[in-house]
Amino acid sequence: MDASQIIVTLLGTGLIGFVGWFFFAAPHRVATAVADGGGVQQVAIQVQGGYSPDVIEVALGQPVQLHFYRNETAGCSEELLLPDFGIRRELPAFQTTTVELRPDKPGTYPFTCGMGMLRGSLLVR
Amino acid sequence: MSTPAATSAAPASTSPGAPPRTETLHIEGMTCASCSNFVERALSRTPGVLRATVNLAAEKATVEYTPGQIDHAGLKAAVEQAGYQVFEPQAPAAPNVLAADEELAERKARTYLDLKRRFQVAVVLAVIIMPLSMLMLWPALMARISMPVLNYGLLLLTLPVLLYSGREFYVSAWNGLRHRTASMDTLIAVGTGAAFLYSLAATVAPGFFQRQGLAPDVYYDTTATIIALILLGKVLESRAKAKTSAAIKALIGLQAKTARVLRGGQEVDVPLEQVRHGDEVLVRPGEKVATDGLILEGRSALDESMLTGESLPVEKSVGDQVFGATINKTGSFRFRVSQVGTNTVLAQIVKLVEDAQGSRAPIQRLADKISAVFVPIVIMLAIATFVVWFALAPAGQRLPLALVNFVAVLIIACPCALGLATPTAIMVGTGLGARHGVLIRNAEALEKAYQVDTVLLDKTGTITKGEPAVTEFITAPGTAPAALLPLLAAVERRSEHPLAAAVVRYADLQQQQVRTAPVEATDFVAHEGRGAGATVAEQTVLIGNRRLLDEHNIMLGSELELAADGLLAQARTVLYAAVAGRAVALVGVADTVRDTSETAIRQLQSQGLEVVMMTGDNHQTAEKVAAQVGISRFYAEVLPADKAGKVQQLQAEGRTVAMVGDGINDAPALARADLGLAMGAGTDVAMEAAGITLMRSDLQGVATAIALSRQTVRTIRQNLFFAFIYNALGIPIAAGLLYPFTGWLLSPMLAAAAMALSSVSVLTNSLRLRGFSIEK
Repeated sequence: MDASQIIVTLLGTGLIGFVGWFFFAAPHRVATAVADGGGVQQVAIQVQGGYSPDVIEVALGQPVQLHFYRNETAGCSEELLLPDFGIRRELPAFQTTTVELRPDKPGTYPFTCGMGMLRGSLLVR
Repeated sequence: MSTPAATSAAPASTSPGAPPRTETLHIEGMTCASCSNFVERALSRTPGVLRATVNLAAEKATVEYTPGQIDHAGLKAAVEQAGYQVFEPQAPAAPNVLAADEELAERKARTYLDLKRRFQVAVVLAVIIMPLSMLMLWPALMARISMPVLNYGLLLLTLPVLLYSGREFYVSAWNGLRHRTASMDTLIAVGTGAAFLYSLAATVAPGFFQRQGLAPDVYYDTTATIIALILLGKVLESRAKAKTSAAIKALIGLQAKTARVLRGGQEVDVPLEQVRHGDEVLVRPGEKVATDGLILEGRSALDESMLTGESLPVEKSVGDQVFGATINKTGSFRFRVSQVGTNTVLAQIVKLVEDAQGSRAPIQRLADKISAVFVPIVIMLAIATFVVWFALAPAGQRLPLALVNFVAVLIIACPCALGLATPTAIMVGTGLGARHGVLIRNAEALEKAYQVDTVLLDKTGTITKGEPAVTEFITAPGTAPAALLPLLAAVERRSEHPLAAAVVRYADLQQQQVRTAPVEATDFVAHEGRGAGATVAEQTVLIGNRRLLDEHNIMLGSELELAADGLLAQARTVLYAAVAGRAVALVGVADTVRDTSETAIRQLQSQGLEVVMMTGDNHQTAEKVAAQVGISRFYAEVLPADKAGKVQQLQAEGRTVAMVGDGINDAPALARADLGLAMGAGTDVAMEAAGITLMRSDLQGVATAIALSRQTVRTIRQNLFFAFIYNALGIPIAAGLLYPFTGWLLSPMLAAAAMALSSVSVLTNSLRLRGFSIEK
């Protein structure tokens, strides 16, 4: 093994570790829903290569409105799935699509894009 | 698409002092955070507004206001005064989810056209780049062209492919990275980006490569071809995807656009959105029924096949229900609107199908878990591939080999196939079901239907028409039929049992001939599963099955006993009547078997299902009917409360049971069963408890539902299998695992072709379901 091979091996191993940390171990931003005057919990979510915020805390038993604004045309984020609530919605690009639901059981409910690549979750407490 | 504006559209008249109301306005023209602050301030200062928040990203203002002091128009004026516009979606007066979202469709069409253009540009350029990159195959030609000039030429040709055709991949990958998510776009961006950057370096600084003992090869053809092929995949995918939801679009498209309404004695054509509950609507032959209602006048035959899958027209007359989107065939009629908008049967079907299409199949859990970690793991594998090749390949080739295999691994991996495997099949399957009058509640019901091995049928209303008719009325010696019948009818009029209705119908028919005045029953008692009793004309009247009489210690008497045996032998349901503690009459009732039952049951049996019947009728009746339709196992004399118990009993035998029922009585049994099928547009309760609702009231629907579910689940399994195998084989081959044994390496361009075809194959397999027919 010459020097360049050793460097590539070390760099590559380091990079693999970084990729693993970057995607799996890095902390997420958590947002808490704000209830409006009518008791409806409102959350605005930006959809662009992912959901931001991607972890949303909502209170149990109160209606929730998730306003998804899709700020891209990339095909991946075209569909939104909230499987536990039986919701499949198309998100038109550069528009806000509102999803309404009422969480009746505490727990963590994932929402994903049509293919399960982009993900976020709804924490019901 | 749902907009909050539609849900919060304020009625015009609201009294002062009413509770605060919240409304969402779509604001147009805001470009920055200061704009949104400005709008927010302008709204907050408007009298009557309690609170206003503006979301710049969503372009929305959420305003809480006192309805007595300001209204929607006032809020709009305040925004306009601030210099911005309020976007008014054409909010229909009646909430109408069915309004085919033309804007959405238009946007999609535009996106598709854009995608196609980007694909065409990529193809044209790739077709030029390819042969130019192969010039080195002709040394004579190469001698005349300078290598750097050729490379710069290729670079110029590749740039538009990268920056125009492939731009979306890079933008999306970058956006994803900012959210620490990775998608298929990330793989394509990293793969093509690596090939391009390497080529760019080789073009700009070939000397550097030569000093390292490397040939300054370029991979512009790889970059361009991969992008062209992946875009081809996307074009095909988006075409196929549109087809998966075609069924539901067709359902929505069935809706009438206008209705001929009577307003102030005048016939007016009004848009469907303006039709109100209670309006009277006229329908002429050949016209579509606008919405749901009850016929007030006239009669006709209606084609309801779009809702029920039943191809024969249905006769309807005064008092019958008509449904929106059905087609009036022969006569004219007038009906009163009973449901509009989201409450119509069509809207409910669409909602149910949409919900089902949004549900997640349990079978997909593994695929979900994998796709969540798929892309990062592929990236790690690709880096590992690069490292291993660089470490092990001969010195002169190590960089190109490492690079090519790195790119191939990134490009061949296809998370899309995994992601598309289940949902596309569910979309096609549920949509197809709706067309056959089979409404599947969710993906779980589909999967259960796949596992079912036993079908339990509630006889009445499923195998039979469920509308029994009196065939014999036998009185004890010394009892006058004409005097007795009104007493029995008086009791039965209070009962809700279908057998009671038959007695009432029979009595009404007789009384029309003899014209006796109806009598009143008091102290009515329903004896569940046995019959009913009441006091009529100061006498205790009982009518029900044998058990009812036994419980009241009433003996039949030999004549009636003999007659009863005769009726039972003819498979009649026998009602026993007693007045003042004495058995006085027998009523023979028969329910006719539907014409389609026998064929449908045979179809179920040929699918390998055991069909079991259960009924509240006595053993003889049950046996006769069972024999008539080819059922060998049945339960007779089952009380309504025991129906769920029978389901449980079959489950205890290790069977997976589908229960078919039609009424409220069946709800517990439907819920108890592994799969509940509610028949005949069911009651709401039945629909709630049922995994599958059949719009058409015959057993054919059950056979169709189970066959379709099985076919759908089979398709899902094929898709998942293919997607797993594809990735499990493709990635190692692309990494060059076979190279030491066979010398095979996968060109990144072939990897791109494979990847583009893999998701298309999954989609095509799902679309194959559209050719489903029960006969297969």
